[in-house]
Amino acid sequence: MAEIDYIAQAKESAIAALVGLALTVPIVGLRTDSSGPDGMTIDVRMLDAVLLAIGIGVGHFMVNLARGLLQQRRRAAKPAIARAANLKSVAYFLGAGALVFGLVLPGLPFADRYVMDVGTLVLTYVMLGWGLNIVVGLAGLLDLGYVAFYAVGAYSYALIASHFGWSFWVCLPLAGAFAAFFGIILGFPVLRLRGDYLAIVTLGFGEIIRVILLNWYDFTGGPDGMSRIPRPDFFGLPFARSSPDGATFHEFFGLEFSSMHRIIFLYYLIFALALLTNVFTLRIRRLPVGRAWEALREDEIACRSLGVNPTNTKLTAFAIGAMFGGFAGAFFATRQGFISPESFTFIESAVILAIVVLGGMGSQIGVVLAAILLIGGTEIFRDLAEYRMLAFGAAMVAIMVWKPRGLLSNREPTVRLGPKPGAGS
Amino acid sequence: MGGGLTEPMEYFLQQLINGVTLGSIYGLIAIGYTMVYGIIGMINFAHGDIFMIGAFSGLIVIVGLGALGLGSAGGLIVVAIIGAMIVAAAYGWALERIAYRPLRGSFRLAALISAIGMSILLQNYVQLAQGARVKPLQPMIEGGFVLMQKGDFTVNLSYLQIIIVGTTIALMTGFSLLIAKTSIGRSQRACEQDMKMAALLGLDVNRTISLTFMMGAALAAVAGMMFLIYYGVIDFFIGFLVGIKAFTAAVLGGIGSLPGAMLGGLLIGLIETFWSGYFTVEYKDVAAFAILVLVLIFRPTGLLGRPEVEKV
Repeated sequence: MAEIDYIAQAKESAIAALVGLALTVPIVGLRTDSSGPDGMTIDVRMLDAVLLAIGIGVGHFMVNLARGLLQQRRRAAKPAIARAANLKSVAYFLGAGALVFGLVLPGLPFADRYVMDVGTLVLTYVMLGWGLNIVVGLAGLLDLGYVAFYAVGAYSYALIASHFGWSFWVCLPLAGAFAAFFGIILGFPVLRLRGDYLAIVTLGFGEIIRVILLNWYDFTGGPDGMSRIPRPDFFGLPFARSSPDGATFHEFFGLEFSSMHRIIFLYYLIFALALLTNVFTLRIRRLPVGRAWEALREDEIACRSLGVNPTNTKLTAFAIGAMFGGFAGAFFATRQGFISPESFTFIESAVILAIVVLGGMGSQIGVVLAAILLIGGTEIFRDLAEYRMLAFGAAMVAIMVWKPRGLLSNREPTVRLGPKPGAGS
Repeated sequence: MGGGLTEPMEYFLQQLINGVTLGSIYGLIAIGYTMVYGIIGMINFAHGDIFMIGAFSGLIVIVGLGALGLGSAGGLIVVAIIGAMIVAAAYGWALERIAYRPLRGSFRLAALISAIGMSILLQNYVQLAQGARVKPLQPMIEGGFVLMQKGDFTVNLSYLQIIIVGTTIALMTGFSLLIAKTSIGRSQRACEQDMKMAALLGLDVNRTISLTFMMGAALAAVAGMMFLIYYGVIDFFIGFLVGIKAFTAAVLGGIGSLPGAMLGGLLIGLIETFWSGYFTVEYKDVAAFAILVLVLIFRPTGLLGRPEVEKV
């Protein structure tokens, strides 16, 4: 077992700190300030730059130390197959625990309005992550414009519900159908492109949709967005103190009126929608089309030579992923009551993709973990709002460098012929 | 839009001049995308943010030296360009070292995600360090030639536009010579053709890749400086859209091809300018993206690219 050479590592970290200093002095140390009376001035803040550089050096040292220790430990660790089996049972219990926790959360004593709002938000991202997981994790298609389908869902719900006054339960499937339709239209021409190109084209589509929403004033309200979107009701019973046309929710059930009713209802609504996405994914993975997605992800040429039509297979993944994005968008619109193109920027796509990739592509429970970590985590650190996205970007890089396949990576095929290799030993 | 209908010829000429200027900026950035893609086969998603850092470095040099009362406008710009190139090259080097080198040879999507993370990181880093507000800069070089005059409408060719296009031509010529004639360029071309074989023959592949990132970053920094003095306004978010358009230019020209990147940049600049001149300004970004989609569908190898053969 090799000893860790602390002196050599410290030397390396010192060099890293020096390089860091060279990087931070111009950008952090010299701040351009345009608030003064006589044009632009420079605000010298060398201390910040030096502190940041020292931070880089210390961070470098710690990371190297941790890496060295981990390597020593890993030599004594269990073989990979045993670890994979272990991971699977852990994931199973984690999943069951999360499900129970999600179900009872509104009844817990600390579940006030804020907790429920954060829970709803996290679940929205879990649902989006699961939807995108079909495209990215199962079919292996990198989609950087997923937010476009989220936007299509939200706007279709808002437009249909405000113009025709149809109920949420009618509009929801319509929103999903519209999003899936867009998925097919956008997907058809571009799905024969390879990984990176596909990513950039989908990014382009996402931006096109946003620019159109922003500029088509008569239809979408442009940058002002759409407000007064109808709120959902409990199968015809509105959540209001009183209603001119019949009983309201609390009157029907004989409860005291409380504004929490709607919040808890929205929570369970997104919980059910997310669960629907999950169950759907778990089931479709066992069907021929789901297996074709996984096969296509691993080797497209082999698939083609075995008679799988890559375009149609990818298109179904794209459309189904888009449909769930549309459902989530409709939920978002009805929850917020107001939508504008601001909510559908590229950064949203990046967040959703990060949830899928950081969780481990193809892993359902990984998405939940990553969503709690990224969305819940940033909610908790709300006071540090300025540093939120900085830490977010850094986390993306760090997790990719540390675990390129994500936290809980799962590339095991869902269906297998014959016994597992090494299962007997 | 004034004059578009009454003096079509003059209006066209003015748009042409503006388009070539914009295209020069895109072309310089596109070179960075195309070189990195040529060597390691990945999209350097954070390249647009390196361009932004270059613009900020130039601004800092100009404001800093200006406050000390040093130098004339011309001298300031030259110093600022050199300063921006050095800072951006350092960032380019660090970017590759931190986010891409550990993932080289790993799973493709991992490198792209890491690049997106780096792009978000750099944007927010500059936002925190330099403030979120837009940074205005007084015009440094004013005036120009009046090429044509008809009624109220004049066709202007400003000194600034001459400087931008001239610098771009000079840099691109120099850069092409660098790739074609020097040993650095030779090792880059060798790595592009076969990285493993180049390593076996004793080439320092890591160093070559680092150098490629630094050169691309330095060119992007020049573009950033030009963007700064041409538009007179920058913020931490300029890298995203300009980066995507420059990437579109690299794809349009044929990714991996240097003359292709220049041609693509020029075309994207022209298309964008003419689109805003003759159709609608609001949808000019849609035009750039639509072209990207169309090119990838109908000619995935771009105008000057080599067809890629997929091997099993």
